[in-house]
Amino acid sequence: MSSVGTVTPDVHHTSHEEDTGLWSWITTVDHKRIAIMYFVTATVFFFVGGFEALLIRIQLMNPEQNLISPELYNQLFTMHGTTMIFLVAMPMAVAFFNYVVPLQIGARDVAFPRLNALSYWIFLFGGIYLNASFFVGAAPNASWVGYATLTLPEFSPGRNVDFWFIGLSILGVASIVGGVNFITTIINMRAPGMKMMRMPLFTWMTLVTSFLLITAIPVIGVALVFLGFDRLFGTVFFNPAGGGDPVLWQHLFWIFGHPEVYILILPAFGVISDVIPAFSKKPLFGYPIVVYAGILIGFIGWGVWSHHMFTVGLGPIADSFFVAATMIIAIPTGVKIFNWIATMWGGSLQFTTAMLFCVGLVAVFTVGGLSGIMHASAPVNLQQHDSYFVVAHFHYVIVGGAMMGLWAGLYYWFPKVCGRYLDETLGKWHFWTTMIGFNLTFFPMHFSGLFGMPRRIFTYSADLNVDIYNQLSTVGAFIFGLSAIIMTWNLIRSWRSGEPAPANPWGAPHLEWSIPSPPHHYNFPGIPEVRSREPLWDPKERADIEAVTMAEPEREPIMPNPSWVPICLAAAITLAWALVMTGVWWIIILGMLPVLFFTFLWAFEPAFPEGH
Amino acid sequence: MKRSLPGVAGRALLLFLVPLLAACAEEYPQSTINPQSDFAAIIHSLYVSIFWWTMLILAVVWVALAWVLVKYRRKSENDQPKQIRGHLGLEIGWTVGPALIVVAIVIPTIQAVFATQRPISEDALLVEVTGHRFWWEFHYPEYGVTTANEIRLPVDRPVSLRLESADVIHSFWVPVLGGKRDLNPVPAVREGRDKKYNWLYFTPEVTGVFMGQCAEFCGESHALMAKRAIVETEAEFEAWIASWFASEGAAAPEPPEPADAEPGDALPEEVAEARPAGQDEDPRIAQGRELFMNSTCIACHAVQGTSAQGAIAPNLTLFGTRRTLASGIMENNEDNLVRWIIDPQGIKPAAAMPGVDYPGGNWPATNFSEEEVRAISAYLLSLK
Amino acid sequence: MAHAAAAVAADDHGQTNTGISNWKLGFWAFIASECLFFGTLISVYMVYKGAAITGPYPNEIFDVLKTTVSTTILLFSSLAMVLALDQVIKANKKKAILWLAAVILMGAAFLVMEYTSYLKYISYGLTLGSSTFGSSYYVLTGTHKLHVVIGMIWMATLIWLIARDRIPPHKSETVEIAGLYWHFVDIIWIVIFTLVYLIQ
Repeated sequence: MSSVGTVTPDVHHTSHEEDTGLWSWITTVDHKRIAIMYFVTATVFFFVGGFEALLIRIQLMNPEQNLISPELYNQLFTMHGTTMIFLVAMPMAVAFFNYVVPLQIGARDVAFPRLNALSYWIFLFGGIYLNASFFVGAAPNASWVGYATLTLPEFSPGRNVDFWFIGLSILGVASIVGGVNFITTIINMRAPGMKMMRMPLFTWMTLVTSFLLITAIPVIGVALVFLGFDRLFGTVFFNPAGGGDPVLWQHLFWIFGHPEVYILILPAFGVISDVIPAFSKKPLFGYPIVVYAGILIGFIGWGVWSHHMFTVGLGPIADSFFVAATMIIAIPTGVKIFNWIATMWGGSLQFTTAMLFCVGLVAVFTVGGLSGIMHASAPVNLQQHDSYFVVAHFHYVIVGGAMMGLWAGLYYWFPKVCGRYLDETLGKWHFWTTMIGFNLTFFPMHFSGLFGMPRRIFTYSADLNVDIYNQLSTVGAFIFGLSAIIMTWNLIRSWRSGEPAPANPWGAPHLEWSIPSPPHHYNFPGIPEVRSREPLWDPKERADIEAVTMAEPEREPIMPNPSWVPICLAAAITLAWALVMTGVWWIIILGMLPVLFFTFLWAFEPAFPEGH
Repeated sequence: MKRSLPGVAGRALLLFLVPLLAACAEEYPQSTINPQSDFAAIIHSLYVSIFWWTMLILAVVWVALAWVLVKYRRKSENDQPKQIRGHLGLEIGWTVGPALIVVAIVIPTIQAVFATQRPISEDALLVEVTGHRFWWEFHYPEYGVTTANEIRLPVDRPVSLRLESADVIHSFWVPVLGGKRDLNPVPAVREGRDKKYNWLYFTPEVTGVFMGQCAEFCGESHALMAKRAIVETEAEFEAWIASWFASEGAAAPEPPEPADAEPGDALPEEVAEARPAGQDEDPRIAQGRELFMNSTCIACHAVQGTSAQGAIAPNLTLFGTRRTLASGIMENNEDNLVRWIIDPQGIKPAAAMPGVDYPGGNWPATNFSEEEVRAISAYLLSLK
Repeated sequence: MAHAAAAVAADDHGQTNTGISNWKLGFWAFIASECLFFGTLISVYMVYKGAAITGPYPNEIFDVLKTTVSTTILLFSSLAMVLALDQVIKANKKKAILWLAAVILMGAAFLVMEYTSYLKYISYGLTLGSSTFGSSYYVLTGTHKLHVVIGMIWMATLIWLIARDRIPPHKSETVEIAGLYWHFVDIIWIVIFTLVYLIQ
C-alpha cells in the first residue's frame, strides 16, 4: 500500500507525493518514475558515448597520429556506435514513451507496470554489462554491425565479441518487453472518445515504433544466437569453411538494422508533430496523412535492408529492387516534412527552445535525408559506402533527426515532469551550441568522405589531404560536447529551482496538459472523455475535461503495488545471459534457475493491493 | 600542407556548389569525384545528376522554411491563426512531385546498376584479388604472375577483378578507378558446384598511380591496409610482366601452367642456384640473399626463380620496383624496410610477420642483427 | 462522469478499448514477436539445408514416420489443453488437473521421441558443427524444444495453482493464455514438420 500517499493537487507542488527514498525508486512501477530513470540513465550513457567520440576526434584531428592504439580505437568506435544507438537514442525515446504516452491517452499507467520496471532494469544491467567490458580490457571491437567472419573466434579470440553479442541480447529482451507493453497500452487503454484517429502523433509514432521493436528485434536475436553458437559451440552458420555464408549475418543484421533506423527516428517525428502545432497555434496540417506516412515508413522500412549491402555483390536485380524500395521511402518522409512546414504556415510561431529544436530538425534532417538519397543509388553507393560521407549522413539523421526531436520533447514536456520550466536562456545556448557544434562536426565529413577517407580507421594518410576537414570536425565535436554540458546544467538547475510552470504552460492541446504539473502518481483523478483531436483547444471540451482531471478525487485510485521483483528478475536474466559466455552447458542451465525462481515470485506476487 | 581557414572554407563552398569542378588528382589522390575510368565516370555522372536533384529539394525546403520562420513569427499573444487542418491538393502535390523526382533518379540508377555489373569484354584482363589481414594479393592467371599491394593495369584495356578473401571481409576500393566491392570469404561448396565470387569491371583510361585502401573494417590494422593501382601503358605493362619472370635472372621458360598450382610444390631446388651472380654486386646483397634463403622468410614469402616459394605472405618478386611498403602505408626505401623487418607489428599491429625480437604468425622471432637486417633489405631492394 | 468511477487504475480487470484484456492482447503481441523469431530460424534453415557441403543430407536421415507419430502426439496435447480450459471454466478441478497432466505427459512423450531421433542423427554424423544443415536443424528444432519445456513448466505451475484453488472460473484467462502459448508452440511445430520433414 506504500505507493498510495497523500494527495496534494497543488499545481505548483514540485516534490513527489510518494516516498522519495532510494528504495521507492528501486521498487517503483510508476511509469513516470521509470521514465525519469530511463532518461537519467540514457543521459549518463550519452556522456559515456560522447566521451568516446571526443577521444576518436582527438585521434583523428591530424593524420598519422598515434595517441590512441589501434586496438583501443577500435573498441572506442565500436562502443560509441553501440552505446549511442542501444543505450542512448533508443532508451531516451523510451523515456518519452513512458512519461508521455499514458498521459496523452488518459491512462493511469501502462498496461503492465511491473513489466515496464523489468524493461528498465534489464536495459540498465545490459548497459552496465556492455561497458563493464572496458574494465577487463575486452570491450567489443568489431564495430557496431559486427560483421562475420571478423566476429568468429578465429579472428576475434578474446572476450570482446562475447560481451557484445550477449550485451545486445540482453538489451533486446528489454526492447521486446517494452514494445509489447506499449502496443497493449495504446490499443487498450485510451480514454473514452480517444479514437485511434484522435490520438496525438507522438502516441501514434510510439505505436508504430513498438510494432517495429517487437518484429525487428527477434531477427537480430536469431542472428546473435547464431553468432553465439558459432563462437561457443562450433556451429558453422557464418563459417565459410563449413559452407556457412558470412553474408547471411549481414542480411539478418540489416533486416533488423533498417527498421531500427525508423525505431530511432519515428519517435522524434512524433515529438515534433506534437510540438510544432503547439507553438504555431494551429492543428497539425494533414493529420491523417502524417499518420499514414509514419505507418508507411514503418512498413516499407522492412523492404529496404539491402541498401546497406550494395557493395556486398548481390547482383544487379537485387540491387535495383532495393534502390527502388529505398527511394520510395523518401516520399512519405518528404510528405511529413512538407506537412510540418504547412503546419507552421499561417501560424503564430513562438520560438521557444522546444520549437527551435523542431525547426532545427526540419532544416538539418533534410540534409541527412537528401545525402541518403545519394547513396540509395547503388552505383553512387559504391563510392560513398563505408566512407566518411556515410558517417556524415547517419549523424545528420540520428543526431539531426532523432536526438534533436527528443531534445525538443525535453523542453516541451519538462514542465509537466517537474512543474518547472527548463531555463529558456540556457536552452537557447543549448540549441545554438548544438546547431553550430553538430554542423561543424559532421558537415566537413561529407568532404573527407568524398575525398576518399574510409570510416572505422584509427588513422589516415597525410596524402589524402583531408586533415583540414578532420580538424574542423574535431573542433565541432568539442563545441557539441559543450552543448551537452549546458543541457545537463540546465536540467539540474531547473529541476531544483526553475521557474514554476502551470498545468498547461504552452497552451497545448493534448490531454497530458489537462492535469497538474507534476501529475499525481495516479495521473488522472478521473478519466476524461475526449471529443476531438485537440481537446484542450475547444473551450467547452476543455472545461468538461478539466472538471474531471483537475478535481480532487473522492477516493484514491487504486494503483499497483511497488515491487522489488523486477530488479531481481532483471539481474537474474543478466546473470543468466552473462553465464552463456562460459560455453558450458550445465553452467548455462544452472544460470537459468534464478530466472525461473524470480519468474515464480513474480507470478505469485499480488500486482495490486489486497481486494483488487 | 597548411592552408588558411578562409581559403579552405571558400574552396569547400566552391566544391559544394560545383562538384563537377572537383579538385585534381594530385591534390586528392583518393577522391571519389575525380573519375579516371569508365566505371568511375558512370558513377560520377549519376552522382552529379542526383546531387542537383537533391539541391533542388533542399532549396525548396529551406526557402519555404525560412519564409515561414520570418513571415509567421508571433506578433502578439492574442494571435488567432486560421485553423487549417489540411489540403488534399497540396498533399497530392507534394507526394507526386517528389515521386517524379524519385523516378528521375531511379531510372538512370538502375541503368547504371546493370551497366556496371555486366562482364565488360571477352578479352578483359583477369586479375584475381585476394584480401588478407592486412594486405592484398593480385594474381594474373593469364601470365602466371602474382604480386602484392600494388596492382598494375594496362591503360585502356578492360579489367575484370575476381574478388575473394582469405580471412575476413575486406573491400577493394580505388576511388578514381570506380566504386568498391567487398572481398568476401567465399563459402565452401559441395563438389561439382561453383563458388560464387564478386567481380569488379572497369577500363582505366588514364595512366598514373592511384591510391586506394580497404573499405570494410577488417580488424586491428584495417586503417593500414592501403594499396596502389598503377595504370601504365601496354608496353610498360608487358615489360613488367617480362621482368617478373626474369627478375632473379632465372629465365623462366614460360609462364607456369595453371593459375592455382600449389606453391608448395614449388620449382626444383636447382633453380635457386641457377641465378647468375651480378658482376659488380654489392656484397651486402649476396649476404642478404643468403640470409633470406636460409631463414624462415621463405616459409611465407616467394621470390620468382628462387627456392623462396612461400605463399602465405606477399610475393616479393620485383620488390625493388615497388613504390610502397607494408601494403601502401610508407615509402619503399631502405630505412623504412629496415624498420619494418625489425619491428613489423610496431608499424602495423597484428601483422602476421615475426619481428627480430618476437614471434609472428606461427614463426619464432627472427633474431637477425641489425647488420643482417640491412643486408636483407639491400637484397630485397635489389629485386628489380 | 460514469467512466471516471468505473475506470480503476491500469489493471487487468478494468475496461479496455478492444474488450480484450491487456494480458491477452499483450500476449498476442508477444506471439507476433515469436513468429518473427521462428520465421527467421525457419528461413535460414530452408536456405542452409542445401548449402551443406558434407552429409548426411536431410533425405538420408529423416524418419518421417516416427516424426509423424511425435507430431500427432503433440497435436493431441493441444486437444487436451482445450479440454483443460473447458474444465477450469466449469470449475471442475479434478478433470482440469487431469487434462493438464495429459498435456505435460504428451509434451514429455514428444520430447523423448525427438531426443531419440537426435541420438540417431548424431550417430549418422549430423552434429551442430558438421554442416550448415546440422547447425540450422539443431538450433531450429532445439529452440522449439526449449519452448515445449517452458510450456510444460507452465502447465505444472497451473496444476499446482488449480490444486490450491487459486484459479476459479472467473480467472480462467490464466489458463487460456497458457493455452494460447501451447497452441502456438504446436502450430510452429506443424510448420516445422511440413517444411523440414515433409518437403525435403
